[in-house]
Amino acid sequence: MALLSKKDANLIKDPLADNNPITIQVLGICSALAITAELKASVVMAISVLFVLGVGNVVISLLRNIIPAKIRIIVQLVVVAALVIIVDQVLKAFAYELSKTLSVFVGLIITNCIIMGRFEAFALGNGPWKSFLDGIGNALGYGVILVIVGFFRELLGSGTLFGMKVLGDPVTKTGLYSIGYENNGFMIIPPAALIVVGIIIWVQRSRNRALIEEA
Amino acid sequence: MAINTEKNSYTVVFAVLMVVVVGSLLAFVASGLKPMIDENERFEKQQNILYAMGVNENEGDGDVAFVPTSEVEEAFAKYITQQLVLEGSKAVEKQDAYLINVEKALAKAKSGEKAELPLLIGEKDGEKFYIIPMYGKGLWDAIWGYLSVDENMVIKGVYFDHRGETPGLGANIKQRFFMDDFKGELVVQGNTYVGVEVAKGNNDPLNNEKEDNQVDALAGATITGNGVTAMIKESLKLYKPYLQTIRSN
Repeated sequence: MALLSKKDANLIKDPLADNNPITIQVLGICSALAITAELKASVVMAISVLFVLGVGNVVISLLRNIIPAKIRIIVQLVVVAALVIIVDQVLKAFAYELSKTLSVFVGLIITNCIIMGRFEAFALGNGPWKSFLDGIGNALGYGVILVIVGFFRELLGSGTLFGMKVLGDPVTKTGLYSIGYENNGFMIIPPAALIVVGIIIWVQRSRNRALIEEA
Repeated sequence: MAINTEKNSYTVVFAVLMVVVVGSLLAFVASGLKPMIDENERFEKQQNILYAMGVNENEGDGDVAFVPTSEVEEAFAKYITQQLVLEGSKAVEKQDAYLINVEKALAKAKSGEKAELPLLIGEKDGEKFYIIPMYGKGLWDAIWGYLSVDENMVIKGVYFDHRGETPGLGANIKQRFFMDDFKGELVVQGNTYVGVEVAKGNNDPLNNEKEDNQVDALAGATITGNGVTAMIKESLKLYKPYLQTIRSN
């Protein structure tokens, strides 16, 4: 017997490809631009969102029948903010180094529209298990794009991956730099992320034409 | 059990309950963890200060490596020989001066009020390090750090940190390739404490020129870099009366 039913598996698979939160729903673009100048930050952000969206979706789903419709957005916001702050505090007490790395992302996680989007569109209308899978799926879909963008921006912009000089040293001119290669400074500024995301969207839609919206 | 979630009274009760529950939960977590967080922050301060005077576990080109948390208290006691607070050019010893809130002290001193400015003196291999705390603002939020100089007003080491600079851009002020550039730079020009400027296009990316009061800027982080320049200058200005008394060149 499969671990997940086909329907449940689709909750994870869909956001990874044909219903990707960034490239199809165009959500979470702001954080995708802000933190993808290096691969490490992209990975950290992806993991953080994975956690917050997974747990947050379950919490919202459990509360879905008692949340007053009029203030549901505020309730969602409170749940995310409380979750993120608690995690941040616990990390500060027990894993201080890690919390230093993450502190920059706290604000970005709370305001990430993917999180609110999934609460609103999915968790409010579905049970906890399905919501959990949906959260994980969407966070992975988001994470995949972040990592791809981070990979290209760090490689082409700084010539490094995870901070390691993979193309040689640009200052002392070793490796690729010895034959005249230069880092593209444009890649490390935020607009470059838009261009990379744009290229991903282009590739994705030309492979699957069903995704192209009617003009 | 059917609840009418549309009623106003229900909405109000729910909102109040939610605030009380979440509020007390956060307060409970925060106050429960506070002693541990404070302890961690104290160790971090010690690590940062020691880092600025070159007591660290950096290896080759690797990442910033502090003295391990478990050994930092001991190392701090060993290397930091004097903890002073300054009022003008007068310096008096004060226990745990390093715990003084630098942000407040500098702001007070800057506005002309009486303030206790902390200054630490470290000794390593017979050399003396005068360690000055700094505090300023970057692009998004606060930046701070420590700067150590010798009697010749040459930088022996720096440590920078930040609260919310952009990862990969401004956040790189706490990377070694940026901080290491400051070592050996002169912070004075004649009698003026000009500090060190984070300069774009200074045609010296390898930083061979040590008397130009400049280091190479980070691409894509102009405002953070300017913040670092301003922060160094500001602290030097406030510490100048004391630095003049120890200066030997």
